[in-house]
Amino acid sequence: MIVARTGNEAMAEAMRQINPDVVAAYPITPATEIVQLFSKFVNDGLVDTEFVPVESEHSACSACVGASASGARVMTSTSSQGLALMHEILFIAAGLRLPITICLVNRSLSSPINIHCDHSDTMASRDAGWLQIYTENAQEAYDTTIQLVKIAEQALLPGIASTDAFIISHGMERVELIDDKEVPKFLGERKLNYSLLDVDNPITLGPLDLQDYFFEHKRSEIDAMDNVLPIIEKVQKEFGDKFGRYYPIVDEYKMDDAEVAILVMGSTGGTAKVTVERMREKGKKVGLVRARVYRPFPKDAMTKALSKPKVVGVMDRSDTMSTLGGHLYNDARSILYKSDKQPLMKNYIYGLGGRDISIEEIEAIYGQLFDIQKSGEVDKDVVYFGVRGE
Amino acid sequence: MAKLKELAAQKERFVGGHRGCAGCGASIIARQVLMAAENPVVVGASTGCLEVFSTIYPYSAWNVPYIHNAFENVAATMAGVEAAYKVLKAKGKISKDLRFIAFGGDGGTYDIGIQALSGMIERRHRVLYVCYNNEAYMNTGIQRSSATPRGAHTTTSPAGKVIPGKLQPRKNLTEIIIAHEPAYAAQATFGYWNDLITKVRKALDAEGPSFLNVYAPCRLGWAYAPEKTVKVSKMAVESCIWPLYEYQDGKYRITIKPKEKKPIDEFLKMQGRFAHLFKWKDDVPIKEFQEEVDYIWNRLLKRSEVL
Ligand SMILES: Cc1ncc(C[n+]2csc(CCOP(=O)(O)OP(=O)(O)O)c2C)c(N)n1
Ligand code: SF4
Ligand SMILES: [Mg+2]
Repeated sequence: MIVARTGNEAMAEAMRQINPDVVAAYPITPATEIVQLFSKFVNDGLVDTEFVPVESEHSACSACVGASASGARVMTSTSSQGLALMHEILFIAAGLRLPITICLVNRSLSSPINIHCDHSDTMASRDAGWLQIYTENAQEAYDTTIQLVKIAEQALLPGIASTDAFIISHGMERVELIDDKEVPKFLGERKLNYSLLDVDNPITLGPLDLQDYFFEHKRSEIDAMDNVLPIIEKVQKEFGDKFGRYYPIVDEYKMDDAEVAILVMGSTGGTAKVTVERMREKGKKVGLVRARVYRPFPKDAMTKALSKPKVVGVMDRSDTMSTLGGHLYNDARSILYKSDKQPLMKNYIYGLGGRDISIEEIEAIYGQLFDIQKSGEVDKDVVYFGVRGE
Repeated sequence: MAKLKELAAQKERFVGGHRGCAGCGASIIARQVLMAAENPVVVGASTGCLEVFSTIYPYSAWNVPYIHNAFENVAATMAGVEAAYKVLKAKGKISKDLRFIAFGGDGGTYDIGIQALSGMIERRHRVLYVCYNNEAYMNTGIQRSSATPRGAHTTTSPAGKVIPGKLQPRKNLTEIIIAHEPAYAAQATFGYWNDLITKVRKALDAEGPSFLNVYAPCRLGWAYAPEKTVKVSKMAVESCIWPLYEYQDGKYRITIKPKEKKPIDEFLKMQGRFAHLFKWKDDVPIKEFQEEVDYIWNRLLKRSEVL
């Protein structure tokens, strides 16, 4: 069915079709709508979900942990300050290997307070042991939400599917919905190795784990991250075979003969694709790489993609506050350290607090990358693009 | 009335061999509460002494399903467990009739976890929340909490030369919980084990959220000899430092009324945490403490039926 939906509506539709056992959530702009729509589904009897309207995001994540440990399929939704408030429990959910899914809207973290898009919220949680998939539009947000539930349950890792605040969350787009009956079929039942509710086989979850075992347990969690990319690929392929929409781990666009390329995440991918098309019409060999799966960082696919052009501009919608530039830039540089095909690289921090990025601006960035190609030199590694006084 | 013989014949659900101090009140509470439960239970615990000493991997003292999440969120965690139970039961994936018990220390309950607890009760999750109240943050080395009584020495309210321990009175959390109109709420302590067990059963039978504030003498933080634990627990009741009462359906009931109300000195003298009060330049701190205890006890008498 083809419909017009905002990103939030699309994610809420996905949640309705997934029909999770438990949703514990708390409102926050711009993700509030997801929670509101879902509560309506609950009260209209469209889902079987036990909805827990908690008193904070900390409790939302905590309740998700309890419910997931009890064998339930569990989802929540949040953004920015809400994700920050969950921070402590994110690590616990991952450490307990609970496949919880968050429908997240990327919004900048205070201060200053702002409700618009950047990636500072999820970047601050990137080391929590959650899968992170950044989507480019409402369709991808919808599809990814469904895929992520399956991926998380197979990998025994929690995951975040995210959209850019307002740009996707509130932008109305054409979305192709899957038939209601097909989604549960695609997902199947959650398979359990154990459950808190199995009183005949009592387990102790979350024990004190000291010097003699902690490291092995943490190592096994890292193992799960190491092994998850094939699971993501498999689920994405199954999804594509069934519903006709295929997604890559790393989204490459016109990269085969690209001389210069940019690396982006989220909705900017869409804007950049249009830019690439326009520039290609003028004979400019530009390409685009979009990091769709960001955690784990897909180093092989990313190395392959970034080794093609001579120059790469990495566009980060967040800053590490370390004077070393953005998160994506640091990851991208790090994986190329041993590569024999190292492109020249420049970091563009842009769009913080929701500042718009236009086709013309991306075109200007490509122009700078061509200059770098010509001169063979990067004058300044990290620049703040579109900010006063720069 | 529970029968001791029957209780003793039960399979232990909270077993020995854990690393609690000898004479630890919290461990007795865990054992008695689980003994009282007539249905299968799922347990959660907040970070604190009980959690730490009972689950040092690869060992566990819990013969029932158990989850520890973090310090301030056992109420929210168990709310999630109960929500999962409701939906999985409705879907026919679970057939047994289960009960849910959250254990939290006074720090995890009165202070950092009060929000999650308030939310759990307001949303009417059918969970029994047991605060094992040892009146300080014991696990981190005896720091004050809002449950610490006035005059008590803790490592963050030390008995000093000019300030005699904690200055502020205890927060009355039981009354705060009662203001939420839970299905059942009570104060208890293990020295009166039958009273505690009866209250656990009432709480688990109540169709809604329930709360037990269980006084948990701590030999280390309160500084007394391990074998005195039960005596300290009983003296808390006899001196009305810890009144045993319950609240249900809008009614207060004092469940154990001391035959003769002892002065609080008798309770304070048993413990090192109050020793400095008896050497203080005047008797003001003890007098004020006695006045506070009397005020709360008299107010309770006015509100209550006495069983
Ligand atoms: C968010 C957070 N802050 C602080 C701590 C450190 N901490 C662990 S247990 C504890 C005190 C526990 O006190 P209480 O709940 O009274 O339990 P007790 O140890 O006395 O049994 C503290 C402060 C923590 N684990 N998490
Ligand atoms: S410090 Fe107190 S509460 Fe902790 S184990 Fe020892 S006696 Fe029990
Ligand atoms: Mg305590």
